[in-house]
Amino acid sequence: MRRLKRIGRRLGGLAAVLTLASVVIFALIEAAPGDPALIMLGTGAQPDTLAALRAELGLDRPLALRYLDWIGGVLRGDLGMSYTYGTPVAELIVQRLAVTLPLTALATALAVAISLPLGTWAAHRPGGGVDGLATVFAQAGIAVPNFWIGLLLILGVALGLGAFPTGGFPGWDAGAGTAIHALVLPALALAIPQAAVLTRVTRAAVIEIASEDFIRTARAKGLTRGQALWRHTMPNALLPVVTMLGLQIPFLISGAVLVETVFNLPGIGTLAYNALAQRDLIVVQNVVLFFAVIVLASNAAVDALYAVLDPRLRGRR
Amino acid sequence: MTRLPLSLLVGGAITAAYLAAALTSRVWTPADPTAMNIARRLAPPGEAGFLGTDQIGRDVASILMAGAWTSLGIAAVAVALGAALGTAAGLAAAAMGGRAERAVMSLNAVMFAFPPILSAILLGALLGPGGGTAILAIGLFMIPVFARIARGAALPVWARDYVAAARMAGKGRARITLEHVLPNISGQIVVQLAIQTGLAILAEAGLSFLGMGVPPPSPSWGRMLSEAQTWIGTAPHLVLAPGLAIAGAVLGLNLLGDGLRDLTDPRRDHSA
Repeated sequence: MRRLKRIGRRLGGLAAVLTLASVVIFALIEAAPGDPALIMLGTGAQPDTLAALRAELGLDRPLALRYLDWIGGVLRGDLGMSYTYGTPVAELIVQRLAVTLPLTALATALAVAISLPLGTWAAHRPGGGVDGLATVFAQAGIAVPNFWIGLLLILGVALGLGAFPTGGFPGWDAGAGTAIHALVLPALALAIPQAAVLTRVTRAAVIEIASEDFIRTARAKGLTRGQALWRHTMPNALLPVVTMLGLQIPFLISGAVLVETVFNLPGIGTLAYNALAQRDLIVVQNVVLFFAVIVLASNAAVDALYAVLDPRLRGRR
Repeated sequence: MTRLPLSLLVGGAITAAYLAAALTSRVWTPADPTAMNIARRLAPPGEAGFLGTDQIGRDVASILMAGAWTSLGIAAVAVALGAALGTAAGLAAAAMGGRAERAVMSLNAVMFAFPPILSAILLGALLGPGGGTAILAIGLFMIPVFARIARGAALPVWARDYVAAARMAGKGRARITLEHVLPNISGQIVVQLAIQTGLAILAEAGLSFLGMGVPPPSPSWGRMLSEAQTWIGTAPHLVLAPGLAIAGAVLGLNLLGDGLRDLTDPRRDHSA
């Protein structure tokens, strides 16, 4: 019962924060110059056609009502029509997600695949060669912009070795293999800074947990260092790693906008960016809300996961 | 005399070198960073100028120097904005507690939902792209970052005996914050100033790569990279130089931050 109450309070807090974020987005877009009706019809439009279109789009209604209309639509999955594409915004987002979702998922998987072994190995033998490599990687990886890594990969791997395409996306109709092939370099560019952060966190967490009493107890009852690492240290060390993964999501999203631009991928980041350039503000408004929802929901999920993963936090707060 | 941490010395030296380059560029650069020379375009390093020339024959070394002023300037102003407002909000939250603290932290959560590139896209719709929009977009994201750190550092200070003593002596919350809490957390804030300036430089580079930074002809490292992509096959030096400049600046500030942390908190386990 207390747990239900706590979950309810968390969800309430999330809803409040989301509402506030949506109000901010709506207010900024409303204040932005550019009449959608004028953009659709062009500057040569007759005043009465303009007025008719405004009425049709609901642009002549009071602000508060239009905000409620928007949110009501969002909750029903209706995000309005894009002025420039002439297709529903929700459809555009779903189309573009077919690129961005696999891209970010692949990047996260790569980041975890690099950082967990590297960070754990470094912590297992502090001061050793692998530890030195991990430290250098962690420092260098957070200092380089991911879009520059992308350019270097294009230069070295795509142009130099000819192993991967320099950009573009063939679409999933071309076959999963071909499509994923086109996402490997962008995902790697996105993954390297993430991996650097995670390596640092993993190393610190493993070192800290390995010095705790319960690990000494595990060793005392006859487990080898390796067994203690796998059975007791790693499950506990994953907690800060998972937290950092959640906290990195805003940077993953920002990074996706840049990396999609470098590799000319039709993802949701390039959608938002091009929509701004074309002043297709209804697309900007909804895509930014979409990102904000993901960031806030994932933060809340990390909090919840934290409570589940760490038995010491259960029943507290 | 205590020994200074190596990272502090190396990071400090790198950062000082960048600052010097940025300041020098205001009065002197090897060549005019905006002067075109089509006849000598895309010259590799050494052939024309120290780092070669770009697609319209401008001297790359000179643009890099002038770009340091842009990048460091925008990052510094953005971080100053975020640090001032964020630290104030974090300190206020820690001092007031209760409902006010929850309100500040919720507001924080909302701002944290808009990473610099998203807020730049949103603010770009309202204000148009430019240096001011970039500063605002980066600075706004820094507010919750500093608010979290300031609050996290301030809360344990409020539990100290000397704060209790100050309260019994009749000092108000604002006065205690200024006289006891702020001096005690300033070390941690300074560490973050270095680290967050590095992140701000990365954000500024990303924004100007997308064309949302300072407009041309003002030089910027991010725009150099976006222009270089067209010539990536024929003039790779145009891709390498600005990227190394960005990475070097961020690395220097990160090392400086790590060094300052070791210096201000000697109890911290350096290996972790």
